[in-house]
Amino acid sequence: MNFIDNPRKLRGFEKHIKVEKVSRRSILKGLGVTGGLVLAAPVMSRQALAYETGAGKMPHGVVVDPRVFVSVGADGIVTIVGHRSEMGTGVRTSLPLIVAEEMEADWSRVKVQQAHGDEVKFGNQDTDGSRSTRHYLIPMRQIGASARTMLEQAAAKRWGVPATEVKAVNHEVVHSASGRKLGFGELAADAAKESVPSIEGLKLKDPKNFRYLGKGQIGIVDLHDITTGKAHYGADVRLPGMKYAVIARPPVTGGKLVKFEPEEALKVPGVEKVMQVRGWPWPSKFQPLGGVAVIARNTGAAIKGRDALKLTWDDGPNGKYDSVAYRKELEEASRKPGLVLRKEGDADAALKSADKVIVGEYYLPHLAHVAMEPPVAVADVKGDKAEIWAPVQSPGGTREDVAKTLGIPEANVTVNVTLLGGGFGRKSKCDFAIEAALLSKELGAPVKVQWTREDDIHNGFLHTVSVERIEAGLDKSGKVIAWRHRSVAPSIASTFAAGTLHQAPFEIGMGLVDMPFEIANISCENPEAAAFTRIGWFRSVSNIPRAFAVQSMVGEIAQATGRDQKEMLLELIGSPRIVKPNVKDLWNYGEPQDSYPIDTARLRKVVELVAEKGEWGRKVPKGHGLGIAVHRSFVSYIATIVEVAVDDKGKLTVPRVDTAIDCGTYVNPERIASQIEGAAIMGLSLAKYGEITFKDGKVQQRNFDDFQVVRMDESPVVTNVFIVPPVSDTPPSGVGEPGVPPFAPALINAIFAATGKRIRSLPIGKQLEA
Amino acid sequence: MIKVKINGQEQSWDGDPDLPLLWFLRDEAGLTGTKYGCGQALCGACTVIVDKQAVRACITSVNDVAGREVTTIEGLHPNGDHPVQKAWRQLNVPQCGFCQAGQIMQAAALLMDNPKPSHDQIREGMAGNICRCGCYQRIENAVHLASTGV
Repeated sequence: MNFIDNPRKLRGFEKHIKVEKVSRRSILKGLGVTGGLVLAAPVMSRQALAYETGAGKMPHGVVVDPRVFVSVGADGIVTIVGHRSEMGTGVRTSLPLIVAEEMEADWSRVKVQQAHGDEVKFGNQDTDGSRSTRHYLIPMRQIGASARTMLEQAAAKRWGVPATEVKAVNHEVVHSASGRKLGFGELAADAAKESVPSIEGLKLKDPKNFRYLGKGQIGIVDLHDITTGKAHYGADVRLPGMKYAVIARPPVTGGKLVKFEPEEALKVPGVEKVMQVRGWPWPSKFQPLGGVAVIARNTGAAIKGRDALKLTWDDGPNGKYDSVAYRKELEEASRKPGLVLRKEGDADAALKSADKVIVGEYYLPHLAHVAMEPPVAVADVKGDKAEIWAPVQSPGGTREDVAKTLGIPEANVTVNVTLLGGGFGRKSKCDFAIEAALLSKELGAPVKVQWTREDDIHNGFLHTVSVERIEAGLDKSGKVIAWRHRSVAPSIASTFAAGTLHQAPFEIGMGLVDMPFEIANISCENPEAAAFTRIGWFRSVSNIPRAFAVQSMVGEIAQATGRDQKEMLLELIGSPRIVKPNVKDLWNYGEPQDSYPIDTARLRKVVELVAEKGEWGRKVPKGHGLGIAVHRSFVSYIATIVEVAVDDKGKLTVPRVDTAIDCGTYVNPERIASQIEGAAIMGLSLAKYGEITFKDGKVQQRNFDDFQVVRMDESPVVTNVFIVPPVSDTPPSGVGEPGVPPFAPALINAIFAATGKRIRSLPIGKQLEA
Repeated sequence: MIKVKINGQEQSWDGDPDLPLLWFLRDEAGLTGTKYGCGQALCGACTVIVDKQAVRACITSVNDVAGREVTTIEGLHPNGDHPVQKAWRQLNVPQCGFCQAGQIMQAAALLMDNPKPSHDQIREGMAGNICRCGCYQRIENAVHLASTGV
């Protein structure tokens, strides 16, 4: 079994081992970090704060240093560094807002500066796993409090009064005894000379004095630029002398170029050159697939030139991948015992003795991310130096991989992070940035590599395909006494290690072995599945098939026993308790169990809240139905009710969605709502249309016409979002991904309520028309 | 030599007349506010207004707009204060923001044609513009807000 749970670890397995063995501080020392307050992780000591997170275990951990993240100009402008990638979650606003809150800066006088990729300086920058707020709420508060303290100390010295007598309030420091005030700008130079206070001694603000956190009145920092076309994404970078490139990549993963005939392409006006791009053998990790690049004076000419190329490929070992045949293999594997990952009681015996066994075999196909901005990157490689501009979720990893590929020191690689036109996990893989670097090196000029939508769909890192088979055994009273869940799916680990047949801990930990129901006999199994294409992280990852299967099964049990879905769900969740599955080294989204246990009280709470606010059980018109689902993922708890309407021709609409989320302590409820609204639409897209299929090793879809996503005229009419107020200092948890998993099963349960049809295979497609 | 007026400025092009307007705007004229999303008029990210009509710049050639007036997001309003833009900001519409220029241009064209669209007319009129982040609920509300005065 591969030990991997995030993209960074997969980038350099050996490095990860090294990180685990030595202390963070010694690593930092080894990397030559001097000066500043660069703290070894974990920074969140038990005595200072009520909880710990897994932040310190991420590559390069956490850096808490106001001198790295905050600068104050003589004009009073406070510049705060945003070191995570902005792909639509609002993180470029939320994290700097935390610093501003704690340092008493006035947000209207704050500028946000995007960090380049430098994890030694900024700490881990991997923007994935719904981790940013969860890992950085406290560090950002500490950074803000440090900066505030330094400003206060500078003012106290200037006035010759004890520091305890002064206080920073809304962008100035005041000495209330004498009525004196100094603006942050007036104190900037002196404050910079102050020593950085120790974290242990920092006094954080009382949350009741928060001006911004938890309020949701602050718009995202890029709002004006986005609405006026000034916001800069990867493709918007323009350098003097820059060439435009598109690449023809192997149509089959692992395929190789046999020959190319560039003559016709070179005749296209604007095309300047045709050249081969280096590819890496399968499994190729985050490295490029290779192919043939067409270099032109603009992207349009490059695309036209590529269309004119004559290419011959050797499809290689995956040339027979066929989704119809593969589905049968997965289904057959799911009907036989697999690797047992969680065993409590004796599920086999209990199923045999059960009064009734309900079997659900669920199929969920590959999905493509189709972020509105397809992958794109600009590179300028000169000698042993490289500069990259790209919409990457992993600036540090990109820097590392570009350096390694070009054979130059990491210090010589600058990765400028643009805005991301959506990410959803695709942009955690930096293959497109490496492609641009390789081409720029060879051409001796800056190059932009633009992926077309077809490239994005044909050559991506797809969401896995899976069969989830659940058998639930009921006793005479209708109580569920046995639960056997077999999950069969190619693993993301297969993109990194040949011969991978089992899912990785981080995949089985997403809704399979952490299943929270109170059932005496449980068996969670993982039969083998090989991969024949690149599998990658897709927003909420394995939680999509797991929540679909588990929550559909709850609907099926309710259906079979004639009970209300919500009551059935609460009965299965059982008593309020901390679930401790019998699983060796249970993966918990990288978080310690102490801070982030599986808490069924919180799970019940979101079900009850959404049932109340979403008016569960309300009377709906004929042809309408209500469905409910709940799921814990990214250590958050989310429940969704979907109202669906199906007309007599099988046309499906969604009049209303209600979602309740418990994500612990939160920063920006307005952005939480936007993430949940969007998750409902992404959930509806994957349920209704989402399917990538293969024939002869090739993806059969091309663009938004045959890989459809939901459009406005079919999107939910209204999505209501209810956020559970945090209880005291409940640790913050994920928001970006957890909204997706419960949507599809709630929809499917609603469709059953409306029509009596039980859908077990996604996408819904034409199933309701039959 | 093709001449075309973009945001009030005369521009000329003596390259391939079939070059999609999208790539002329972005790569040749440096107007990067108009985005590439699909190249097949399926997503609307490249929506611009040509003589008061919303068009998809990815399947419109430079030649098609010869002698005509093209408005891009950069030229919608000198200060970015078109009612649609203001409504967008008031309701915090965008998530990643990438499709938003196309959405805003489509909405502006929709309101030129129909200043008081109904709920269904907004949903139908905007259905050619994909938002993968899923901002539709807010887009709909923003178009409605823009139509009623911001």
